[in-house]
Formats: sequence, structure tokens, C-alpha cells
Amino acid sequence: MDAIRTEALTKHYSVGFWRPRPYRALEGLTLSVGQGEVFGFLGPNGAGKTTTLKLLMQLIYPTSGHAEILGRPVGDVAVKRRIGFLPENPYFYDHLTAEELLEYVGALFGYSARECRARATARLDEVGIGAERRLQLRKFSKGMLQRVGIAQALINEPEVVFFDEPMSGLDPLGRREIRHLILRLRDRGATVFFSSHVLSDAEALCSQVAIVVGGRLVSSGHLTDLLALRVRGWELVMAGLSREAIERIPGVLRVTQVGVDRYVLELPLTPPPEQLLATCVAHGASLVSLNPIRDTLEDLFVRQVAAAGTDRGLSTPDARSPESTR
Amino acid sequence: MRTIARVAVSVFRESVRNKVLYSLVCFAVLLISTAYLIGQLTAGQDIKIIKDLGLAAISIFGLLIAVFLGITLVWKEIEQRSIYSMLAKPLSRSEFVLGKYAGLALTLVVNVGLMGLAYYAMLAYMATTFPPEARAAWPAPAVDPALMKALGLILVELLLVTAVALFFSTFSSPFLSAVLTLAIWVIGTFDADLRNFESVVASPSAAALARGLYYLIPNFGAFDVKLQVVHGLPVSWDYVVTTAAYGAVYVVLLLTGAVAIFSRRDFK
Repeated sequence: MDAIRTEALTKHYSVGFWRPRPYRALEGLTLSVGQGEVFGFLGPNGAGKTTTLKLLMQLIYPTSGHAEILGRPVGDVAVKRRIGFLPENPYFYDHLTAEELLEYVGALFGYSARECRARATARLDEVGIGAERRLQLRKFSKGMLQRVGIAQALINEPEVVFFDEPMSGLDPLGRREIRHLILRLRDRGATVFFSSHVLSDAEALCSQVAIVVGGRLVSSGHLTDLLALRVRGWELVMAGLSREAIERIPGVLRVTQVGVDRYVLELPLTPPPEQLLATCVAHGASLVSLNPIRDTLEDLFVRQVAAAGTDRGLSTPDARSPESTR
Repeated sequence: MRTIARVAVSVFRESVRNKVLYSLVCFAVLLISTAYLIGQLTAGQDIKIIKDLGLAAISIFGLLIAVFLGITLVWKEIEQRSIYSMLAKPLSRSEFVLGKYAGLALTLVVNVGLMGLAYYAMLAYMATTFPPEARAAWPAPAVDPALMKALGLILVELLLVTAVALFFSTFSSPFLSAVLTLAIWVIGTFDADLRNFESVVASPSAAALARGLYYLIPNFGAFDVKLQVVHGLPVSWDYVVTTAAYGAVYVVLLLTGAVAIFSRRDFK
């Protein structure tokens, strides 16, 4: 049984008051996420990431299509007992303290007062909220609210956790802590579905990713599958070569000196590096390492967004880079 | 039921920490107290004036509290997006709305109770300041248990106003909800006049509209027994119970409508 499954999930809105016209926020999203996976849901602004999460939380209803969590329709109260959700830029009852909020959330799960207190304490410790837990939430910074948001999403030790931009508003230390927390969740068998603009986080954490652009799924699968097959060149590290000898080698894209007589050569995918390697060795050089240069997630993301942008007449990611969409 | 109670307690806790609410209750208690001074200016009518003004103060400030809380509570959840994380928890949308209403109702019961206590305390004090012969001339004693009937029906009226406000707040802005709620209350207060509208207008369509409103909008005038209890006229328990049941039917209808709308809403 998949942890999350959507079939042709579609959401259209009407925009405009006098002359309403449809806005396609999400178009036929079909994906499945296995249990125990850390799934990165990626895309530029307005791609449909938050719409998808809202559909999975049944905060909005689909125009068509179907979604299931743990084999049951979304919105089922029994399913809600087994999931956790952190919305984007979370906001909570600001008259409550962090402790009171978590106790209230615990009470909604039907825990006793003592258990609510114990769970609240454990979760707040886990996200690094110390003595501030007795302050009203209106006095909290954005990053602190984000941590409280993560704590409330985990109060029930959920089997499936949905995070909408979990790193938003966090300092580098906080981001590292949350990365570790996501890995801990994975280690205990939970499924983590998170949307993010921060591709380095997704690359470090996710076993699977999906990329959405303009409300359509443009790529999905295991990260290793998506990236491993796309070798775009070779990185050759050689020792015992002179600068003059290197300059005579044809087709070298970039040369970086990393030692007295040690160089890193960046080579194109073709011709294959064996012939060049043989030439270098014949000149008295020794091989240190030879590695394929693979696409990073960012390369894949930029390529997919660019392709989708070209298809749909959208702006290319050169004009709207992933960094600028954070 | 437990989930509804948990949401209700949370709403009550929020109300207890709301400074605007404290200001309104304090102002109402102050106004009830000043009724004593106004009563001094009206020879022979003082106790009736004081009783009447006190009940009117409770009614008006209760109305302000009911409208203020009713229109803002659900809207604020949606506007500030706290509803996103709450609806992901194991509670249905209907439990959420009913919990909100139950919390508002609890808040109103406590507020009207506090204002009622202040009112009775002031009347008890008044009773000690008048000579026995003056008290003998009053149509009803100062600390009259019958006033409880008026207070009870005021509370039912406020619970109904809150249901109206909550109903509108499930699909409109606070300003529009306030305008619509107050419009319903004003029309409902003069409901009896709508019934006989054809005797004062020539247009049959206007008369039909007025008749339609008469049947649709709750008759808020029915909850007003201030005049009777102040003048010591009898108000039967049958009337009180029947009117309360009439209010309860409207509350149920409005909450059903609020739940139906809220359950189908997209929270964009």
C-alpha cells in the first residue's frame, strides 16, 4: 500500500469577479509515494505545490481526480489521526503559549492531559524550543513559529508527515536541525512529503522527487534514477603532468591545478576518456581518479522548468532561477 | 462530542484573554451602575427606570459582544490561516464550527451571568436605600426573581444573534457579516410590523416581501419582556420556554446552514 497516491488530481479556480475565467492551479497530477520514503515535491512559485498539499489535507476540494493517504480517501478523520501537517508560513492562535498550543493539539487527538503535556514537552525539546515555550506565540519570530509548526505536526508521531516549505524562515543551524529531524523520521519508518524551493535540502534528504511546473507534473521518480543516467562529462585527476603537456591535450573543458603537479581536468562526454587517459599515461602521468560528472538536482530542475516553460510559453528559469524563487 | 467540547474550551480561553471583551463587560457594568444616578432624576419612577436601563444595558452590550465574537472568530481563523493546521487534525469541519459556536455560547453565558450579577447587586443596594413605605408602592420588589426571565430571554436572543453572525462569517467578511447580522436583528426586532405591512403600503409586491421577511427572519421582539417584568406584569414560564424553544429552532437551522457552507468551502 502506498503512503500517498493521487490519480489525475485537478484543481481549477475561477478568477475575476465580473468576467470569471478558469485558472488551472493543478492539472491531472498522478503520483504515488511509497511508505518510508522522503519525497521532495519541487517546483517554482505558482507551480501548484501548495495547491497539492491543500488538496491532500482537504483544505480545498478537487475539480476532478482522486487522492488517498494510507489507502483511505483524504479528509477521513481516521487518516488524520495518522498524519501530521506543517502549512507554509504557519500561524497559530497567538494568545496561546507554545506549550498550550501543543497541549490543545494533543487534546484534539484524544490524549489525556498528562499525555498531552508529556508529548508537548518532548516535541518542543525535539525542535529546540526552550524556555520560550511559556511565551505567547505572538511574541515568537518567524523561525520560532516554524519550529512550533513542526512540533505540532509531530505531536501524534505520524506515519505520514506533510511539510510545506519546512526550511522557510530558519537560520542555517535551524535548517540543519530540521534536516536531521527529517532523517530521524525516515529512520523510524515515517513517510515525509515535503515541498521545497531549497534544492540542496531536497538532494540531501529525498529518495524520490517530483517536479511540477505550471500545475503539471514534469518529472518524478527516484532521485538516483533521475540523476544517475545523465552523465554529462568526466572529471579526470592526474598527477605528474606538466602544464605544457596539458595544454596540448585536445577537448579539455576546464583545468584546475590542485597540487604541485596535480591537475583536475573536466572533459566532455565524448570522446570516451580511455584514449586520452592512455595518452597521458604514455607522457609519464599517473591516474589519481576518473569520475563521471552527473547532473545535480538543480541541473535537472532548471532543465525541466526550462522545457516546461518553452512548451507553455512561460518565462525560462534563466529569468527566474530557483534561487530567486526562494 | 468531546472534540466539540475541546474546541469550545479553546474558544472560551481565547475570549477570556480578549481585552476588547473585558472592555465591553466593564462598560456594561458601569452603565448598569449609572442607571442608579439616572433613576434619581425621575421622581417616583426610579426603580422602574433603573431596572429598565440595567436590562437594556445588558441587552445592548450583550448584542455587541455577540456580534463582535460571532463575526470575527471563524473569519480570523481563515484570514490568519490557523485553520490550515487545525483542519488537518482529527476533527471534522462540522465539529469545528459547532465547537466554535459552543465556545461563543459559553462566553456569552458567563458574560451575561457577570452582568446579571452586577445588576442584581445594584438592585439589592437600591432596596436598602429606600424607606419601607416607598418600597411598598413598587409594582414588584427590587430584587425580583422575575427579572431572571428577562435575563434568560436576553441570553437566548444573544445566542440567536451569535448563530446569525457565525452563519454569515462562514462566507463573508467581518464588515459584511456585521452589517447583515445587525440588519437581521433590526428587522427581526420590528418583525410584528412586517406582518401588517399591507395596511400601510399600497404596493402588493412590497407587502409580499414584508410578509416573506416576517416568516423568514426570527422575531427578536418576542425575546423582549423587559417592559412586563419591570412593571411587575406576569410573564408565564410557558411563554419563556416556548420562546426559548423558538430561538433554539432558529439556532439549529442557522448552525446547519453554517456547517453546510463551511463544509463545502475551499480555503485558498
